[in-house]
Amino acid sequence: MNSFDLSFSYPRGPSFLFPDIDLRAKEVLLILGHSGVGKTTLLHILAGLRKPTSGTVNINGTNLIELSGSKADNFRGKNIGIIHQQSVFIRSINVLQNLLLAQTLVEISADESAALKLLSDLKIGHRASALPKELSVGERQRASIARALITQPKIVLADEPTSALDDENCERVANLLEETVLGSGASLIIVTHDHRLKNRFANRIEL
Amino acid sequence: MSTFRLAWANLMAYRLSSTLSVILLTLGIGMVSSVMTLSDQLADRFNKDIRGIDMVVGAKGSPLQLILSAVYQIDNPTGNIPLSEIDRLKKHPLVKYSIPLSFGDNYEGFRIVGTDTSYVSLYKAAFAVGRPWSSPLEVVLGASAADELKLLLGDHFHGTHGLAQEGEDHEEHEYVVVGILQPTGTVIDRLILTSTESVWELHRHEEESGHADEDEKQVTALLVKFKNPMGLMQLPRWINETTAMQAALPAIEMNRLYDLLGVGFAVIRAIGIILMIIAALSVFISLLNSLKDRKVELALMRSLGASPLLLFRLILQESLLLCMLGYLFGLIFGRIGMWSVSNLGNDQFHVNLNQMTVSPIEIWLFPITILVGVLASLIPAIGAYRTEISSVLKSDD
Repeated sequence: MNSFDLSFSYPRGPSFLFPDIDLRAKEVLLILGHSGVGKTTLLHILAGLRKPTSGTVNINGTNLIELSGSKADNFRGKNIGIIHQQSVFIRSINVLQNLLLAQTLVEISADESAALKLLSDLKIGHRASALPKELSVGERQRASIARALITQPKIVLADEPTSALDDENCERVANLLEETVLGSGASLIIVTHDHRLKNRFANRIEL
Repeated sequence: MSTFRLAWANLMAYRLSSTLSVILLTLGIGMVSSVMTLSDQLADRFNKDIRGIDMVVGAKGSPLQLILSAVYQIDNPTGNIPLSEIDRLKKHPLVKYSIPLSFGDNYEGFRIVGTDTSYVSLYKAAFAVGRPWSSPLEVVLGASAADELKLLLGDHFHGTHGLAQEGEDHEEHEYVVVGILQPTGTVIDRLILTSTESVWELHRHEEESGHADEDEKQVTALLVKFKNPMGLMQLPRWINETTAMQAALPAIEMNRLYDLLGVGFAVIRAIGIILMIIAALSVFISLLNSLKDRKVELALMRSLGASPLLLFRLILQESLLLCMLGYLFGLIFGRIGMWSVSNLGNDQFHVNLNQMTVSPIEIWLFPITILVGVLASLIPAIGAYRTEISSVLKSDD
């Protein structure tokens, strides 16, 4: 994937000009920046959740910015896994169903055994039938990772995955992310202000 | 994990407000469907019984009472009229046919009516078994009467004096069943028919024992069919003004009754419609509330690849699911309501409503329910359609 010449300005708000990004399969990129420099804005642009003022985002040769409407939605669902800062789930259905829903939403036929395998790889296989609110913070994060990977995306975008964690867990989650995401064949972009990760990943951009 | 199952899971997650919406819909639909079906079937029933009868002649009193007693067999008669008066009327050139009716007795609450066999042909009742009555104390049973009394051809029974079950028995006289009619869906189904002479025979004995002292033969009422519209113009006036009898026109009296009943039906129907509107509001508000709660979830679904249209459909589905449940329970509730009214009615009014047919009103309520569901979910669904993903899922950077 690569991005080129991205910029974004909020109406009556700040404007950002983002550095270009070039990332190959199974690579990790850390995007580091303080609050207010447009980290999440960049992440949402890369995910196709927000249109930039200018620039392009190419994923496997498709310019995400040019896709319109439901095509963009479908492309995002299939190719980009997002781990949101707050672990968000559909609260009315259990963990496994949340994973299966992610598949159905992009018209991949629901594969229960794949979902269960993914959950047990992330060591929360026993929580498959629990409701999201019954999970601990750690379990919720693992479930988020599982959901991001269930559609076998090319890229996983993680928004502040470690900022709320203590040092020990910070290290653990970073390892887990790297291991599982790269293990699945996708590349990983972590957007954070957490400087503890600075030395953990060599490939990084500072905003 | 289809959106349908997700819609269901969402409704279950908001069980309380979902249940409230369904209950309101159930009550509204149940009331509207049952009251409209009831009034339809009642009207149908009443119209069937009235067919072929232009005028009823009986003793002076309330004309509505005369119609209810002589045509529908649900009220007490106004009294008796002398046979001699009737014979004059029968021969009137404007009378096409006339059928005498004499009441006096019952068996287990079923009226024993003395008449001639033209009464059977009036309701086009065919014989299931047996033959018409030919001599006194022979009876023919209507289909429901035979069924509920468990009487068969050749069975004997004693009549009870009066129209209520509690009267004294005519111990010395025994009726014998000589025929049973096929069901007609009219008043005749619930009657025990015999000859006019039977009724006279029974009550002559009472006269001997000092029970009554009229020496003239009497009947209770006469059903009349006019030869042409001139009859309608002349006969009722002639009877009411020159004889001791009264003439009542079933069509007019029944219209008066409908007007009276109609107010009650209209009130129940209005309550039902108001309930349905409240139900629609309840669906609307509960969807709007749950949507406010689920803003983040909807944005999440968008980020997972759901199109805005899919979210629109999801909300629509939730609303339609609620409405369909309300419709289904409403029909069941309406049926239970009609069933209890009809059971009550069987005892008091001998009205047996056919409950198993799906009425046109129930079919009509279906698209109306769907419309309610669509209207109630329109604004919330548009809200879901417009879910702004990026700002909702934005972290605090």
